Amino acid sequence: MLTIDNLELSITDPDTGRVSEILRGNSLTLAAGEALGLVGESGSGKSMTLQCVLGIEPPGSSVGGRIELEGRDLRALRGEELRRTRAEDLALIAQNPHSVLNPVLPVGKYLMEGMSEARSMPKARARLRSSELLRSVGIEESERVLRSYPHQLSGGMLQRVVIAGAISAQPKLLLADEPTTALDVTTQAEVAAILDEKRREAEMSMIFVSHDLDLAAAVCDRLAVMRYGELVEIGTPEEIRDAPQHEYTRELMNARPKLHPEEA
Amino acid sequence: MRYVISRLWSLCLVFVVSSFVVFSGMYLVPGSPENFLVQGRTVSPEVLASIRVQYSLDDPFLTRYWNWLTSAVQGDFGRSLTTRQDVSNLLAARLPTTLFLTLYAGVLVVVFGIGLGVIAGTREGVFEKIVVFGSNLGFAVPTFFAALLLMAVFGGALGWFPVTGSGSGFGGRLFHLTLPAVALSLPSLAVVARITRTSVREESGSDHVLMAVARGVPRRLVLWRHTVRNSLLPVTTVIGTHLAALLASAFVIEYAFTLDGIGALLVDAVHRQDFAVVQAIALILVVAFGLINLAVDLLYAVIDPRIRLGKAA
Repeated sequence: MLTIDNLELSITDPDTGRVSEILRGNSLTLAAGEALGLVGESGSGKSMTLQCVLGIEPPGSSVGGRIELEGRDLRALRGEELRRTRAEDLALIAQNPHSVLNPVLPVGKYLMEGMSEARSMPKARARLRSSELLRSVGIEESERVLRSYPHQLSGGMLQRVVIAGAISAQPKLLLADEPTTALDVTTQAEVAAILDEKRREAEMSMIFVSHDLDLAAAVCDRLAVMRYGELVEIGTPEEIRDAPQHEYTRELMNARPKLHPEEA
Repeated sequence: MRYVISRLWSLCLVFVVSSFVVFSGMYLVPGSPENFLVQGRTVSPEVLASIRVQYSLDDPFLTRYWNWLTSAVQGDFGRSLTTRQDVSNLLAARLPTTLFLTLYAGVLVVVFGIGLGVIAGTREGVFEKIVVFGSNLGFAVPTFFAALLLMAVFGGALGWFPVTGSGSGFGGRLFHLTLPAVALSLPSLAVVARITRTSVREESGSDHVLMAVARGVPRRLVLWRHTVRNSLLPVTTVIGTHLAALLASAFVIEYAFTLDGIGALLVDAVHRQDFAVVQAIALILVVAFGLINLAVDLLYAVIDPRIRLGKAA
């Protein structure tokens, strides 16, 4: 469904002219309905991979390689075609929901905008759908939340809103960029569970970026380990856990906090 | 609502304190009022005493302040010490010109300042450089010099606009006050354009704008609803302070274009040490500053729900 072929990304600093290589020729494929966990330490290029898929990499970037979604070259899309693809086929769930929503517009506007202005759904239907979506991600007081402004809601609540917005299009591919990292521990599990459930229900594919190996293993079919912009290992969670091939993967496994150290 | 009440309350406090400063400030000037009234002539102590009684100069300071303030609130600023006219009548005759000039300049600042700033903030290239250069120029050139320049070019050489008088009727005023308003608006316009440009630039790099792009929101909406609208929050504050300052700079412009506004009146009154007129004008300025700032704060609350609704989650 998604094919990333030899993806390279380097960013030129506009002030110093220094070029830093962020991604060094990574390739991976994703089957329909599959969830792939992208794990690795900060700065290993996980989020940048997602940004390249969406075409929202930072200014000064130069991207090489191909990214194909069902045979269409995403990097070659322009203008209206690119906009519609972003609106209909892809959905990003970012780390901090408080910076995702426009702080001066009510939450309802965020959802409405995604459906009616980005995807031409009639306003009245988008309105109804907004409350439905919120209830489906476990928000009971959907009307109150729709009228609220982002700063009035907790991070966990807001991330549910973002997930609701992301699944509203029934996109082909969900791009989740550390969706639970900015939340407190109790809501982390809830939000991860909702995301997992919704994805399976609608049989969407997902790339799940995380530095938390255990979380990624729990919600993903396969894991890909990244380091310094390179994909060092890819396999099922069991393979990665039981027989890590790469030295770095072993380090990563051992770096996890353990509840019972003697079991390791 | 509680926000509005608390803002009104603090505004009243500002008015009381500053009116006290305005009133007492006049007594810090060397010389006493009755000496100015007799204008250097030698008069008998009896005459001086009668003047002091007539103007209640022997009352305790706080009593005089209280009487002045209460009648000022009712629109009575007393009489001019030199022309014996009611100060309120003097002001009423002069105020429209100043207000018109200030509002005219204010509209120019808002429309062209924001307009140019948005254009410069959203596209790169020659136009942006022109706006940046122009705003440096506009800010650096003193108002009175801009006034002279405009008079020479558009009034003198091209002869498009009149350079004196304030005209009559709405159209006449608009026509007569165009050059003064342009001269008056230039420095503020330059600042507003520049801040708008920076603010738009900053906002267009913010996460929520990037996310709107990633969600496939149409470009036009990303620009106006998410970028420009949000970037106007800091601009609002700047515009507020500049609008209030326009009123003060209007005095210089009125002088340069020989307009019959409050500014010219103030300059004359200061020359003749006409206490009552100076106090009244100073008080009006204070009130105008206060009201404009109040309006800006309330407007800010309308635009930004975080102010209106408090920070509580």
